[in-house]
This record gives sequence, structure tokens and C-alpha cells, in this order.
Amino acid sequence: MIKTDILIIGAGPTGLFTVFEAGLLKLKCHLIDALPQAGGQCSEIYPKKPIYDIPGFPEILAGDLTKNLLEQSKQFEPGFTLGERAESISKDKDGIFTVITNKGTKHQAPVVAIAGGLGSFEPRKPPLDNISFYEDKGVEYMIKDPEIYRNKNVVIAGGGDSALDWSIFLANINAKVTLIHRRNEFRGALDSVEKVRELKNNNKINIITPAEITKLNGKEKLESIIVSRDKIDTEIKVDHFIPLFGLSPKLGPIADWGLEIEKNAIKVDTFDYQTNIAGIFAIGDVNTYPGKLKLILCGFHEATLMCQSAYQIINPGKKNIFKYTTVSGIDGFDGTRKEAKKPVVQAINE
Amino acid sequence: MSDVNLIITDRDGKTHKVVAPTDMAMNLMEIIRSYELAPEGTIGVCGGMAMCASCQCYINSNNNIPEMEDEEEAMLSEAFNVKENSRLGCQIAITNELEGLLFEIAPE
Repeated sequence: MIKTDILIIGAGPTGLFTVFEAGLLKLKCHLIDALPQAGGQCSEIYPKKPIYDIPGFPEILAGDLTKNLLEQSKQFEPGFTLGERAESISKDKDGIFTVITNKGTKHQAPVVAIAGGLGSFEPRKPPLDNISFYEDKGVEYMIKDPEIYRNKNVVIAGGGDSALDWSIFLANINAKVTLIHRRNEFRGALDSVEKVRELKNNNKINIITPAEITKLNGKEKLESIIVSRDKIDTEIKVDHFIPLFGLSPKLGPIADWGLEIEKNAIKVDTFDYQTNIAGIFAIGDVNTYPGKLKLILCGFHEATLMCQSAYQIINPGKKNIFKYTTVSGIDGFDGTRKEAKKPVVQAINE
Repeated sequence: MSDVNLIITDRDGKTHKVVAPTDMAMNLMEIIRSYELAPEGTIGVCGGMAMCASCQCYINSNNNIPEMEDEEEAMLSEAFNVKENSRLGCQIAITNELEGLLFEIAPE
């Protein structure tokens, strides 16, 4: 059981900045994210793209913004549950929330901050008949244990980095890899394309392009697929089919938590971004209110105001006053202290 | 600068006649969002960088629209329900050339 003060769902920029603002109020945070790394969309979709509207940064790469936010929050020692999706929530008689992930990890906190952006990233599934029947019976959208593919017939579909990278990885552990893509060109890092070409020339990877998978066959588990190329269908025997067509965000289980939802977003009170359930806040792109703009800088503002109310919930009646970091410095939970240099006071006339 | 008229079929098959400004640097995806013709979170997910294909449209008129660039072509090659006339709405800027454009929002 993981216990914390503020449980943050979503480790994107807004979630990460919450750790900092909460830390100033001596509140500890733990973050849950469905992705295996922090940063949300900034690290998953566009890490190499520039952002021009972060105040004080005329230009910053989304990946660098994530790095900076992690650095800024580090002293407040956030905990992370990564690669797991927040599934269910319950509130006990003392007002403590328990959030359980899809892998069964339990978290408890008096305050929950949903900073889930557009939702948790789920694999995009190709529209093939019966594909759901074969899930975990030969069809896998993510590679969890590469060892199961050793010496097996594996078909990977897709034309981006993950299709290329996994083709290389699995070919190198002796899986019999066939890579299928709708075009001849691949949209991946140059050296990945080079490596795949080399493996193809050494007969370590079979590439079928431009082609499309049109049918899955098998009685109890996946046994073969039909590949259509130049209007000619070919049956290929397979043990595993791994479609890698990227991820798309879905609000997912959060939509069933009893929160007021409008236009795929959670309605909040702009006083402190609390939802219709006391103690659950929604900040960043996941919330909606009159005048809402889905901007990182708005998420930062919402996180900051939210922490003030979180403090009141966690420390009822305890006095506190808002402070400037320049004046009072920062005391990290890791024992570090940052503060402004003291001015030099010296007489000039002896 | 002037406005252009567009005819958009939403994902439920309903047709909408809308007016789009040519001087606000908007694109087809943004017009769909501004008229709320597809639920938020199901269109323009990546913000308009040709990186998600959530704004795929089928172009059903012969307007002179710009050719596809590599990024758009690559993304469409990984999208689903792609047809000959598929384009990413986020890559088509609203210009005077689009007057009378007829297009359909592809399924999610």
C-alpha cells in the first residue's frame, strides 16, 4: 500500500508541477501514469517539438520541459507508479481515497488530483474482424516479455519507430520477424531504418510492403494472417501478431468514477479546481470550466491554486501563509535547501 | 481577406454548412473543433502536428488543395479506414481555394 498526501493521476507537465507546489506546502505527492515514463504527451507524442508559450522560455523542446519539471520537483521526492492505469477509486469514512491500478497496486491519500490530460494512452487497434478474440492469444499490442518471441514466427505491423525498433530487437533474439507496412517508406529514426535494411539483407527480417493485413485466422488461438499486396492475398503462418500503430488517449475508467463529465472533460469549480466529489481535483487538459484553455501554462496555474485547498483538507484549521520562494527559499524533503544569497553588508568608511 | 463556405459531414452522417475565416491561420481540423462537430478529445488529439490522424477527413469535392507533405503521408499510412481521398484536416489551411469544399470526418 502506497500512502501519500496528494495522489496525482497523470505524470504530464501539470502533474509534475503539482509536486513542486505541494512540496512548498510540505505536502508529499505520488504519481500514477499509464505510460512507462513521466512527461505525458510531451514525452510520448512530441518530445522533439518546440513549445513557444511557456512563460520565461522563448522556445523549449517538450522533452526538455519534462526534464526540467522532473528536476524542479526532485527535491520533494515524488513517488511514481508508472506503466499502470488508475482503475478504481473508493472513499472511506475518514475521507481517505483508495485508488487501485489495473495491476492491483493500491494507493491511499486524502486528496486526489486528476491531471490526466486527454486520458490514458491506449494502443490503437487495427479494425480487423475478431481481433479482440485473439488478444493475448497471439495478438499483443505491447511487448512485455520479449523472451516469449524467441524462435517464434512474429508479424509486426506499422511504419513508425516502435515497429522498427521492436523488429530489430526481436530479430536479434532469433524471432522470425516479418514486418508489414502499408507503404515502402518508414517514418523512423535514420539509424533504425538502416539497421532494418541490414537485417533484411542478411535474411534476418522479412519485409512485406506496401501491404496490409486483412484477416486473422485460428481456431483457439491465432494461427495465420492474410496479407494483401497488389490485390493478391497470401496466408502467412504466425505465432504472434504485434500491431504497432501508436497510442491514443482515452478518458477510460475515470469516466465511471461519478465525476461530472462534459465534452470528455471533468467539470470543476474554478475557485480551486475541485470536482463534484470533495477531495478530488481535476487540473490541466482533463478539466473544463467556462473559458477553459488547454494550455500547459493554465495547468500550472490550476495546480498551484489546487494545492492551497489540498493543504486545508490535509491540515484542517492549521494556519499557513502563502510565501515567495525568493524570500523564504526551498526546503526539500531530501534535506537540501535552496535560498537567495544574503546581501553583503559592509562599511566603506573604516 | 474573406470567409469561405464549407460543407462538412460529421461522424453521424449529419451535414453542416459552416463559414470559415481565411485570415486566422486556421485549418480544417480547427474549424471542426470550433463548430464542435466532433467531441473534444476525439479530434485534433496531437494539437495539429500530423502525429495522430484523429482529424482524418475524406475530401469529396475537386477544390485545389495543397499536396500532401511527407509527414501527413506517413501518418495516413498508419491510420485506419483510409481511402483514396483521405487527408489530415490539420494539414489543410483555410484559404480562398477552399470555397465550397465538401468533406466528411472519418470515423474515430
